[in-house]
Amino acid sequence: MTQVIEAPDIHQAIKQTVGSPFTHKPKISTRNVDVFYDDKQAIFDVSLDIGSHEVIALIGPSGCGKSTYLRCFNRMNDTIQSCRVTGEFRLEEEDIYARGMDPVLLRARIGMVFQKPNPFPKSIYDNVAYGPKLHGLASNRAELDEIVVSSLQKAGLYEEVKDRLNASGTGLSGGQQQRLCIARTIAVSPEVILMDEPASALDPIATATIEELIDELRQNYTIVIVTHSMQQAARVSQRTAYFHLGKLVEVGDTNQIFTNPQHQLTENYITGRFG
Amino acid sequence: MSNKMSHHRSNIEQVRHSLKKRHRQEKRFILLGKLSVLTGFLFLAFLLTDIGIKAWPAFQQHWIQLDVTFDAQILDVEAPADEAALKKGNYRGVLKKSLYAMFPDVSARRDKKALFKLISSGAEYQVRDILLADPRKLGTTQQIWVLADDDVERFLKEPALRESQQSDRRIKDNQVAWLDQLSGQGRIESQWNWAFLTSGDSREPEQAGIAGALRGTMLTILVTLAMSFPLGLAAAVYLEEFAPQNRWTDLIEINVNNLAAVPSIVFGLLGLAVFISFFGVPRSAPLVGGMVLTLMTLPTIIIASRASLKSVPPSIRDAALALGASKVQTVFQHVVPLAMPGILTGTIIGMAQALGETAPLLMIGMVAFIVDIPQGITDSATVLPVQIYLWADSPERAFMAKTSAAIIVLLLFLVTMNLLAVVLRKRFERKW
Repeated sequence: MTQVIEAPDIHQAIKQTVGSPFTHKPKISTRNVDVFYDDKQAIFDVSLDIGSHEVIALIGPSGCGKSTYLRCFNRMNDTIQSCRVTGEFRLEEEDIYARGMDPVLLRARIGMVFQKPNPFPKSIYDNVAYGPKLHGLASNRAELDEIVVSSLQKAGLYEEVKDRLNASGTGLSGGQQQRLCIARTIAVSPEVILMDEPASALDPIATATIEELIDELRQNYTIVIVTHSMQQAARVSQRTAYFHLGKLVEVGDTNQIFTNPQHQLTENYITGRFG
Repeated sequence: MSNKMSHHRSNIEQVRHSLKKRHRQEKRFILLGKLSVLTGFLFLAFLLTDIGIKAWPAFQQHWIQLDVTFDAQILDVEAPADEAALKKGNYRGVLKKSLYAMFPDVSARRDKKALFKLISSGAEYQVRDILLADPRKLGTTQQIWVLADDDVERFLKEPALRESQQSDRRIKDNQVAWLDQLSGQGRIESQWNWAFLTSGDSREPEQAGIAGALRGTMLTILVTLAMSFPLGLAAAVYLEEFAPQNRWTDLIEINVNNLAAVPSIVFGLLGLAVFISFFGVPRSAPLVGGMVLTLMTLPTIIIASRASLKSVPPSIRDAALALGASKVQTVFQHVVPLAMPGILTGTIIGMAQALGETAPLLMIGMVAFIVDIPQGITDSATVLPVQIYLWADSPERAFMAKTSAAIIVLLLFLVTMNLLAVVLRKRFERKW
């Protein structure tokens, strides 16, 4: 905790986002986003585009608001009564926060994987089949079987669990549980997958597996990943956004952010001065 | 440096010194805990033994064998086919004649009365039922076992009474002699008292049974369960999962908690005023009893269910919502099933409370003396705890045993319910 810049100075220091927050033909675009918990503001005027089929990493010290921001994409913050979101969120030109937008439909298009693996206390099969059943994606049992198997395959879990699809999902190891959660998310065929520190509760080997998986998933999905680990951000993402105290400090190509950061705060963070 | 070392050592000394005290504290607490458990266990054992010993006589019954002649003249029946006449017949006279025939020496009026008192006053109905079942027996002589009177019963069950002074007991010396004579002829027999479980209440202890109260309890509890479980569950789910957090829901929460602490007799008064006086629900019936007990149990079920819903990890809600489940789907497909063991436990605790409740039922007339076994939820009925209260209040000594026996039945009922709850819980419980 050396060279801590006092809060008022930091707000001075982050006047405007440095780097390139906007892309051509974004999958999701956000403009002037403010998020409040009651009177406390958690996100300040964030504008950022998420490109199609890219992995974008949101990094920053604890409490910087990156998870709060992530949960705005699929309106998970709706469940928190005190939370208020202003600004613009668009999923391919559609307003996410429009009155006519049903969060149920939105969440079928934007899936989410959480920090702590949270499989349902049901069988592995039922975990994956729950989403498709919910949305009526399979018209019969054979189709459902196919969705379950292919989702488990895409999540790289099928080989390990193919003999015990009826075993409880909670009986798997932590890494397997997280891949089960990813399979569950894929089964609904979303366009975007949000990942909230998906590997923070896992050991290094399970983490490596998840990271490889993320790289493969990029072919078919747009992925927004919040991570605490800068190495992870460097390994899996094409673009990186650095958040600090609720503000978006700097966005850029991952390579550039980690080799040649433009903002002093970004440099301090990635060189380990605070975090 | 040396100063530091010595300081270090004295620290360890300090810890070692306090360690003894801490270990002593631990040992003392464990001993105290064991003593508490033992005390509780002893009290329970004492209670159960005491009730068991006291209840034992109620499960035994003495019968006296008589040679009854269905004399058409005494009965005042002309034709066996005349059912009305058969019902009205003078069976008391038939019984008297049979007894006097067995003891021809008894001639004084007072002695004859004492002799007739050996058998239960319900014997004439017993004999009547035999003839009604088969009218062809009219005119024949049958060997019939009839119930002994409750005083005889007690005399036979307590050998010490025989040694006591005649003035100290209700069975006099001449009656003792007759009983000995009957016993010598093998005409007195003790049997397991099934009638206790199959017959309704009676003013005569030897005929009183628990069936009416048992059925009343079952019906009342069924009504309570059928009303309080859905209501309580719906209220808890709404308050916990759907209601906005504001001053109104806070107020409701406070009031639910307050209701749980309201003395149950107040609910009885409420039931009397609202259900019976205003809505005209039939009084003394399991329906109104169940409604009153529902009022009493609802707060318990709501509070327990809310606590159980609250303990379901939020990550499960997040998981379902993020997959695109609606709020209702999330709650009823994931949260409620996971909370079910706790909800069921709360419900069973509420039911057990309702099962043992007397006070509110007194207010709505379920304390009436009811002989008939209730057939539906609108028939007059009483429940086990009220029956226990009624019997405990009765002057006849034999009701003491009946009271204890009824307590045993109530306890068995409770244990059965709790076992059911444990089984249900095990079935719903999920391993994480």
